[in-house]
Formats: sequence, C-alpha cells, structure tokens
Amino acid sequence: MGIVSPGFTGRRRGGSDLPPGQYLTRDFPVLSAGPTPHVLPEHWEFSITTETGEVHKWDWAAFQALPSEEITRDIHCVTRWSKLETDWKGVSLDTLLADVETGADFAMAHSYGGYTTNLPLEDLLDGQAWVAYEFDGEPLGAEHGGPARLLVPHLYFWKSAKWVRGLVLSDTDDLGFWESAGYHEYGDPWKEQRYAGD
Amino acid sequence: MERTALRRRLTWQTGTVTQVREETSTARTIVLDLPDWPGHLAGQHLDVRLTAPDGYRASRSYSIASAWTGEGVELTVEQVPDGEVSPYLVEVLKVGDPLEVRGPVGGWFVWRPEDTGPVQLIGGGSGVVPLMAMLRTHAHAASTTPVRLLYSVRRPASVIYRPDLKDLAASDDVDVTFVYTREAPPGEPRVGRIDAELLAAKAFGPADDPTTYVCGPTPFVEAVADLLVAAGHDPSKVRTERFGPTGGPR
Ligand SMILES: Cc1cc2nc3c(=O)[nH]c(=O)nc-3n(C[C@H](O)[C@H](O)[C@H](O)COP(=O)(O)OP(=O)(O)OC[C@H]3O[C@@H](n4cnc5c(N)ncnc54)[C@H](O)[C@@H]3O)c2cc1C
Repeated sequence: MGIVSPGFTGRRRGGSDLPPGQYLTRDFPVLSAGPTPHVLPEHWEFSITTETGEVHKWDWAAFQALPSEEITRDIHCVTRWSKLETDWKGVSLDTLLADVETGADFAMAHSYGGYTTNLPLEDLLDGQAWVAYEFDGEPLGAEHGGPARLLVPHLYFWKSAKWVRGLVLSDTDDLGFWESAGYHEYGDPWKEQRYAGD
Repeated sequence: MERTALRRRLTWQTGTVTQVREETSTARTIVLDLPDWPGHLAGQHLDVRLTAPDGYRASRSYSIASAWTGEGVELTVEQVPDGEVSPYLVEVLKVGDPLEVRGPVGGWFVWRPEDTGPVQLIGGGSGVVPLMAMLRTHAHAASTTPVRLLYSVRRPASVIYRPDLKDLAASDDVDVTFVYTREAPPGEPRVGRIDAELLAAKAFGPADDPTTYVCGPTPFVEAVADLLVAAGHDPSKVRTERFGPTGGPR
C-alpha cells in the first residue's frame, strides 16, 4: 500500500541479508539520550535482583574471572543502520543467571546514567545475550557503553543497554526508557517493531 | 504524563507539500499539510518514507522544525552528499507532491511550555532544527522562561533560519550566539569550536540549573555533552539527540 514518491528511485544500499528498512553502515554510530557516563572498571558493579529481592553481585574482578565468550553478530539500530559481523567479547547471561533462582518472566536492564530497557527473560537466555566488555579486540569505549554493555543482537540495539549495571527480574512487563517514549516494547528488527503498536 | 499519548499506535499518513523554502544552499524547509496530524511536542521527530515505482522503500527520521499551532508541520533537511533520502527531499520534492510520514516520535528530547526552568539550547549544523521548534513553541506560548541558544556553524552562509532567529532574539527572554568553526563574518573575530571558555561566557552555568538540549552530529554532541558535565552540569539535565549515522572512524 501507500504512495509512490514522484521522482524517487533510491540508491539501494541495503542488502537481502538485512532486516526490512535497514541499511548498511561501516562506522559505529553512537545514539544515547544524554552525556556519556564515564564509569571506571574499579567502580563498576553488576547485579541481578530477583523478584523476591535476592541480589547477586559481581565487581569487575569477579566478572572478569567468569568464563567469557567471543561473539560475532549483526546488529541493527532502530534509526535504520545495521552493521554486520561485529566482534565482541563478554560473559553470557546464561553464565550470570546460572545460580539465580527465579520464576520471573521479565527483566529490566538498568544502566549507569539512569537508562532502562525491558526485555522478556527468555530473550536473555540460551546463548542470545551477553554482558560485553570488548569490541573488535579492544576494551569497550565509554561512548559505546564501556566498561560493559548488554548485547542482545537479535533485538533492536536500544535493548543492548550501554553502561549496564544490573538486571531487575519481575513478574510484570514494565516499560523502559525508550519504550515509555513511544518505542516498541519488544523490538524485533525482522518484524520492524520500531514504535508502539508496530 | 502523556505516556499513553506517546504510545499511541503510529500509522503512515500522506501529507502534501504546500511550500518549500531554501534556508541555505544545501538545506531546505518543507511545509506539509497533514490532515490527520495529532499535534506534537517541540523536539519530537517523524519518519519520512519514500517509495520507488517498483516498490523499493527508504525511510529516515527528521526533527519537526515548527511549533504545533493546529495546522501544518515543517521539516528542515540538510543535504548529505551521496545520501539516499536527503537529496530527494532537498532537490527533487516539489510543491503539490505527496509525502508519507508517521509520528510524532520521541518523548525525551522535548520541551514543554509548562517547563519553567532556564533552557539552554546547543545545536550544531542541522541539529538546530528541533531547537528551533522549541524556540518557536516558546514564542507561540508567549513563555517568559529564559532561553539561550548556542548555534555552531561552519560559516555565515551555513546558518539555517537566520531571519527567524534574528526576530526571536529580539525578545528579552531569548539570547542567540553563533559560533563559527571555519569562517566568521566581518567584525566577529572568534573562529573555533565550542569550548569550556565559550560555554562559561555564553551559556547558562550549572548554578542556573538549566535543562540543556544538545543536538547535532554525533562527535559534536559527544564533545559538548562532555564539556557540560566537566563544567559541573547535572548529567540528568543534559538531553542529547544525535543525528547519526556517522559515529566517527571505528
Ligand atoms: C532523531 C533524528 C532526527 C533527525 N533530524 C534531522 C533533521 O531535522 N534534519 C536533517 O537534515 N537530518 C536529520 N536527521 C538525519 C537524517 O535522518 C538522515 O540521516 C540524513 O538526512 C541522511 O540521510 P540520507 O538518506 O540522505 O543519507 P544516507 O544514504 O543514510 O547516508 C549517506 C552517507 O552520509 C552519511 N551520513 C548520513 N547522515 C549523516 C549526517 N546527518 N551527517 C553526516 N553524515 C551523514 C552516511 O554515513 C553515509 O555515508 C535526523 C536523524 C535522527 C536519528
């Protein structure tokens, strides 16, 4: 449906391996809502809080001591750029959640700087999500969420919360920062779930 | 607040171009008649969708440049060389053409006339667009909230909205400062980027407790937001919008 734009032919820089409406970029764009928080690794802490209030915590040393994985994935930003085969290193959420007892269905990711984003817990499990601390073999720069960010590459990239500091598990699906401001509550790039109701 | 309003389902609607205005040699304002537009807040953006005859589509986001006055929506587009969508909007689209949009989107980088604290606007290049919507909304609401704009441009000829800004700056409550990074007009000796000294001289300081809106290309926004935080501004009162997609070499 819709109309034809008179005189538009398009440059067509997309590709068949990209989700609908996305185009390829080679840079690594930065999109966040405020100034970049600069969190020193020695001050960084990551926690998982269950729906009963039980808290599991890792400081930088404890986090680095966990088994890590190298991850190569395509990433897709809701502002329409996609970047293929990005290389990361991080700790799987399967590892972080292994000893956490929970019946919760939802997680809210919280970041330094106050950002939040909501995800179904099952999207963080089974090798789908990491807390990443290296990009392209280098420590993750602050502008890209360093010292550590969430990496959930199968969803639009705003779900991959930068400067992540913890997850709060819950029985209810609350809305995070962008989700409260009109973005889709789930954000599947292949279904083009950009805005609420898509 | 309008959480439900902001989460309204967005559908594509077809507007008609009623007017185009050249702002600079590379930027143009497009005035759209949108019969089903629900209204917007200053700072929000919309998505534009172009469709080729064979069905191929491309969409991009554009900030809304106008205050909501009950009719019409204005966009200002800066042509990106070699771009897919902006050259069409700046060079091809003409009065009478249809244009598909959906929105408004975004509930964070917004200013409302009910917000009474001082407002500092800092724009680089086409990043002035959503800030202009805030200035126009401020004028439309006859708000007496003090507003300052720092507008960074390469050279005098790159200034978008020069006559409108001059009119707005005539108000006691609005202060406009241009920052020229490559070439300044006669009588204006300073050429260079926004730095700590310039912010201290021309922008609201942390003691004024302003809400600051920074918009422009990513490296500009990064640099300015870092300067503001270093100067002691509360990061939660510094709102940024980055006109991607370039994030520098990486
Ligand atoms: C929330 C939001 C609001 C925006 N509001 C405006 C607005 O009010 N006015 C406006 O003119 N633009 C605005 N933009 C940018 C706009 O969405 C497009 O990115 C821009 O018009 C370029 O699109 P294109 O299709 O012409 O270029 P593309 O085909 O996407 O890109 C062509 C080349 O130019 C580079 N490039 C793309 N965009 C930029 C840029 N902004 N600066 C430098 N290099 C770039 C790309 O990396 C690529 O190499 C906004 C972006 C966002 C996310």
